[in-house]
Amino acid sequence: MSTTTVSQLDKVKDGPWNGGKSPWNLEYGKIMMWFFLVSDAFTFSAFLIYYGTQKFAQPTWIDADKIFQSIPGIAESGQPLVFVGIMTFILIMSSVTMVLAVDAGHRNRKDEVVKWMLWTILGGLMFLGCQAIEWSHLHHQGFWFGRNPATGLEGNAIVDALAPYFTKDISYTAALQFSNLFFTITGFHGFHVSIGVLLNIIILSMTLNNTFERRGTYLMVEKVGLYWHFVDLVWVFVFTFFYLI
Amino acid sequence: MSHHHENIAAHDHHDDHAGMDKKGIWRVFFILLALTALEFLIALGFVHHWGILQKGMLVNIIYIVLTLVKAFYIVAYFMHLKFEKSGFIVCCSVVFIFILYFIVLMLIEGDFLHGAMQAHPIFPNK
Repeated sequence: MSTTTVSQLDKVKDGPWNGGKSPWNLEYGKIMMWFFLVSDAFTFSAFLIYYGTQKFAQPTWIDADKIFQSIPGIAESGQPLVFVGIMTFILIMSSVTMVLAVDAGHRNRKDEVVKWMLWTILGGLMFLGCQAIEWSHLHHQGFWFGRNPATGLEGNAIVDALAPYFTKDISYTAALQFSNLFFTITGFHGFHVSIGVLLNIIILSMTLNNTFERRGTYLMVEKVGLYWHFVDLVWVFVFTFFYLI
Repeated sequence: MSHHHENIAAHDHHDDHAGMDKKGIWRVFFILLALTALEFLIALGFVHHWGILQKGMLVNIIYIVLTLVKAFYIVAYFMHLKFEKSGFIVCCSVVFIFILYFIVLMLIEGDFLHGAMQAHPIFPNK
């Protein structure tokens, strides 16, 4: 009698959330990577939203076309957006090679995983190199955490020092806020890229050690791949809000 | 419990990479590249060079829409979220309602500060 009742209940409750199977059909580590990335997206959102608030609140703001004008080694000024375009291309490209590594992992092709991981690491390092060049360029001009080219100057010297970076009115405070936020946000992003390159190197050496071959699955490549794409995703937003708008 | 794990592993190999082959990957890459190129065309061409468009609300909205489309392609195809179970997609995306709310709040705050800082004069301390 009672067994009939139980089996009837079982028949009613066979949805994905009634136990006995994995409702999302995802491995634990992958879900945790997603949840970490969602929380990380909140952190970056908070940074970028604060940048937007400052830009909105200040009566004037630095003109991106004027501050980002150089292509290191080619042109000192007069080329807005070109260098950051190269950086964006490098990062999108390395995102593609990462998907190709994940795809090769699905087919258990160790040689292809190694090849694409190497390209991904190379792309990450190139991006970091570009960012280092850009940072040092701005640093030479006088921008840094808590500092802008007019720091320490008085009177009209402030206006002269900041005039090259503004199209509309000139404001010391706006230049300072821009400087702080630029180095904080691109710095936090660059820190993520560095961690990503490190993780990619670890994954590459594990692949070379046949760790995933023995494990029978290249799922770890996929998890680190998620992180790497997230880094690319953040850059898409940083690029828009710092360089375009 | 062990049965449970086998279940996951067995499924993983099957439908996990449904919908993304090499051709699909390169297609998404060219979409991303085209959208970025369009942003550059607007910024360098239309705004900077030819002066057809002015920097302002309209151009900013175009940039933000293009950015969101790019973000969709990265998350949906490169991060594979489009091919996960719908419950998981909702779980990872619906929380961003709070971010929208935060944006609205901070824009209101910024707008207030914009007016307040100019309306209240600063007097020398002496």
